[in-house]
Amino acid sequence: MGLFKKVSLSSILQKIFGKKHAKIGIYGPPNVGKTTLANRILRDWTGDIMGSVSEIPHETRRAKWKKDVRVNNGNSSLYMDIVDTPGITTKVDFKEFMNTYGLSKEEAKKRAKEATEGVIEAIKWLENIDGVLLVMDSTQDPFTQVNVTILGNLEARNLPVLIAANKIDLEDSSPATLKSAFPQHPVVPISALTGYNSDNLYSTMVAHFSKRRKKKWR
Amino acid sequence: MEVDSLTKKEDGISFNLISRQKLGELSSDEKLKFILTEVKKGNILVLEYGLTPIEQANLIENTMREIEQDTFIGVEMEGYGQDNPTFIQKILGMVKKPRITLIGPASILKTIHKDHHMIQTKIIPGRGAK
Repeated sequence: MGLFKKVSLSSILQKIFGKKHAKIGIYGPPNVGKTTLANRILRDWTGDIMGSVSEIPHETRRAKWKKDVRVNNGNSSLYMDIVDTPGITTKVDFKEFMNTYGLSKEEAKKRAKEATEGVIEAIKWLENIDGVLLVMDSTQDPFTQVNVTILGNLEARNLPVLIAANKIDLEDSSPATLKSAFPQHPVVPISALTGYNSDNLYSTMVAHFSKRRKKKWR
Repeated sequence: MEVDSLTKKEDGISFNLISRQKLGELSSDEKLKFILTEVKKGNILVLEYGLTPIEQANLIENTMREIEQDTFIGVEMEGYGQDNPTFIQKILGMVKKPRITLIGPASILKTIHKDHHMIQTKIIPGRGAK
C-alpha cells in the first residue's frame, strides 16, 4: 500500500513537473559524429565512453546504450538512457569500403552486411525511445532524404527531437544552414570532437527532453 | 517482323511516372513491394503521390534486407516533405499528405542538389554507391 502511494505521488509529480527519466536515441546518417557525441556525453557525465570511432562509415553497426546517465542543468536534471544507433542510409556498397578506405574484399563485404543489419536495428529502435538527438554534419547539405525521413518519423510519433549541428570546429561548417532547413526544431551547434558548446547542448537536452508529450496513435 | 521490331526491348534506363490513382489502390506493403521490384529491375520511378515517413522508413528497412552485394546496393530516394494540413483539415482529422518522390537504384541515380524548391539528380550508369 505504501509503495502504491509512493508510485502514485511520483507519477503525479511527473505529470506536473515533467519527465525525470528518458530514453534518448542518437540518430543520423553515417559519419556525422554520433558515436563521438555519445562518447562526449558519457565522458562528461559518467567518465566512460560508448564505443570506437573511425573515418570509415558504419563503424557503429550495432546499437549501444548506457543507462541512467544523469545530466544536470542548474537546479534541474534528467536521467537518460543514451542509445547510440548505427547510421541510417538508403544504400550500402562494399566497393566503397574497398576503393575509398582500402579494406580487403572480405572485410568490405562483412562490414557492408553488418551495416545493413545495423540500419534495420536503428529503425527498430525508433519504436522504443522517448526522444532523439539527431546529429547532422554542419559541413554537409542537411536537406537529405535520410534526415527528412528520420524527422518525418519523429513528427509522426510526436517524439521530441533536438538537432545537433556537429563539426562546427571545421572551417566550412554552416550551422545556420541547418537552422534555416529545419526551423521547426531546436538546433544546437556543437563540436563533439572538441566539446565546444556542449554545455549549451546539455542544458537544451534537459529542458527539451523533460517536457511531457502525448504519444500519437498511428 | 514488323511486330518484332516494335516489341523489341529498347536499351536505356526506364523512367516511370506512377500515378496517384495507381498508388492509392495499393496497401502500404503492396506499394513498397511494387517500388522495390521496379527499382531492382533498374527502373527509376517518380511517384506522383509519395510515401509517408513511416513508409519511407519501412522502405529503407526492406531495402537493407534486399541488398545483394554484387547486384543491388540500395536505393536513391528524394522527395519533399508532407504538406501541412490546414486548420479545417486538422479539425476534420485529415493528416499530412505525402508529396512527389523520386526513387531509383543507387547504382545509377545520384542526387546532386536538393533544396526547398528543386531536386537535381543525375543518371550515372555503373557509378556505385557514391
